[in-house]
Amino acid sequence: MSLLASSADTRATGLIELPARTARPRRRGSGLALRIAGPVVLVLGWLWASASGTLSPALLSSPGQVLDALRELWSSGQLGDALSVSLTRAGLGLALGATAGLVLGVLTGFSRLGEELLDSSVQLLRTIPFLSLVPLFMVWFGIGETARVVLIAVATSFPMYVSSSGGVRNTDRKLVEAVRSFGMGRLALVREVVLPGALPALLSGLRLSMTLSVIALIAAEEINSTAGIGYLMATAQEYSRTDILTVCILIYALIGLAADGTVRLLERLLMPWRTQGVRR
Amino acid sequence: MSGTPATATRSQPAGQDVAPGPATAVRLRGLRRTFGTRHVLDGVDLDIARGEFVALLGASGTGKTTLLRILGALDGHDAGTVLVPKARTVVFQEPRLIPSKRVLANVTVALPRGARTRETGLRALREVGLESHAKAWPATLSGGEAQRVALARALVREPELLLLDEPFAALDALTRLRMQDLVGELCRVHRPAVLLVTHDVDEAVRLADRVAVLRDGRLVTDEQITIDRPRDTADPRFAALRTRLLTDLGVHPVSPKELPA
Repeated sequence: MSLLASSADTRATGLIELPARTARPRRRGSGLALRIAGPVVLVLGWLWASASGTLSPALLSSPGQVLDALRELWSSGQLGDALSVSLTRAGLGLALGATAGLVLGVLTGFSRLGEELLDSSVQLLRTIPFLSLVPLFMVWFGIGETARVVLIAVATSFPMYVSSSGGVRNTDRKLVEAVRSFGMGRLALVREVVLPGALPALLSGLRLSMTLSVIALIAAEEINSTAGIGYLMATAQEYSRTDILTVCILIYALIGLAADGTVRLLERLLMPWRTQGVRR
Repeated sequence: MSGTPATATRSQPAGQDVAPGPATAVRLRGLRRTFGTRHVLDGVDLDIARGEFVALLGASGTGKTTLLRILGALDGHDAGTVLVPKARTVVFQEPRLIPSKRVLANVTVALPRGARTRETGLRALREVGLESHAKAWPATLSGGEAQRVALARALVREPELLLLDEPFAALDALTRLRMQDLVGELCRVHRPAVLLVTHDVDEAVRLADRVAVLRDGRLVTDEQITIDRPRDTADPRFAALRTRLLTDLGVHPVSPKELPA
């Protein structure tokens, strides 16, 4: 407005007036509303397609049918059991895999000896598609829980390894030198300087690992499973219950979303020095 | 923190003169450091007494920072004798604070934890005028404040030798003058031996008891500054010394007559 109003004077002087910064208070929750808008549009489209008959129920059940199936599975207790079994598998595998990846990553990122000893072998193993290991793991560990957890652990360790070794390698050399000159030991250096510095990389590695843990979970639950979401899906597939299949797929999506939210929360909790001040 | 200097001899020194006494903080004899085929330091002899403030001048690339890094055991030497005290600390050109630690934790980094360390850390922060920033994150500090924290971190260890590697170079002109006064004041209070590496002649003459110029791998000048403190740049002795040092540095200062009117 001010630009238009003063255009008469500016033409005379050849100067232009720059608009002052106007504070636009964002209403709280408007960001959240925008985030939710996308999924809501998708569900509305799905509702419309099912109601108008464009989408045959044989291919994909309507949202109403999916809700019914969800209620049925929940009240019978099947869903709760399956969920707890699956989450335990994914969580245990992720914890083991991410820890292994982190330790190996710090070793190769921080010491040259570690890198020379370990990096080439880990990179070699990393290129093996973890799905191809399923038959071998069945031979090694049988068809019990061990094989499933180990598969998830193997799958999740590599992204964590790559991110943490890269993050540790990028530690500020000058900072390390300064702190060493004040007499800090190697272990304290890793704990107090290197790991906090590598945290952004570690958390992005964790994010990738979490996503992969769900993918590995699906693969693992195809190993002659008798419980878990994968088992529920296999059963539903036999009876062509697309409503139950959809419920399971949505649950996988929600697990992924929750994993992402966890990492965002961790980012805020673990790195308070990043949220305050941007000058450097 | 014993009083005897730690030895780091690599080869026999060329000319062994008076043995280092209890008043000696640093002794360099025939120091040589080679990068590839170039002798960056080639036969440097230097003594610094306890409590003495020595400024080392040199154009860029003359090896003055290398000399400081050797004294700080951050770099090795190829030949010569290096005697330094055990308690040495460095203030670098950049603050080099750990971004994930608050200011007080940065000052007391690598010291044993406890109430006493906390107290000495706070005292050091008070000396640099930043006690109220003890709980701040380094990213929220200005350049001058961060450099003062780095200074507190170096002083809290009660060094016998304080190594200053162009600590004011990245600061603005006003902050630099204030920092120079602060460093001068704190060094008078704590009396460590100080080696200040700089390319700023005025800074060297303002602060130091003694000034040395490094050129072609050796010290070409090494003289006491006899001008009374506080030193004023307008003092004719100040101007004369500056002109002489600039000539040693290979800069030919313009005399007032040649200046355009």
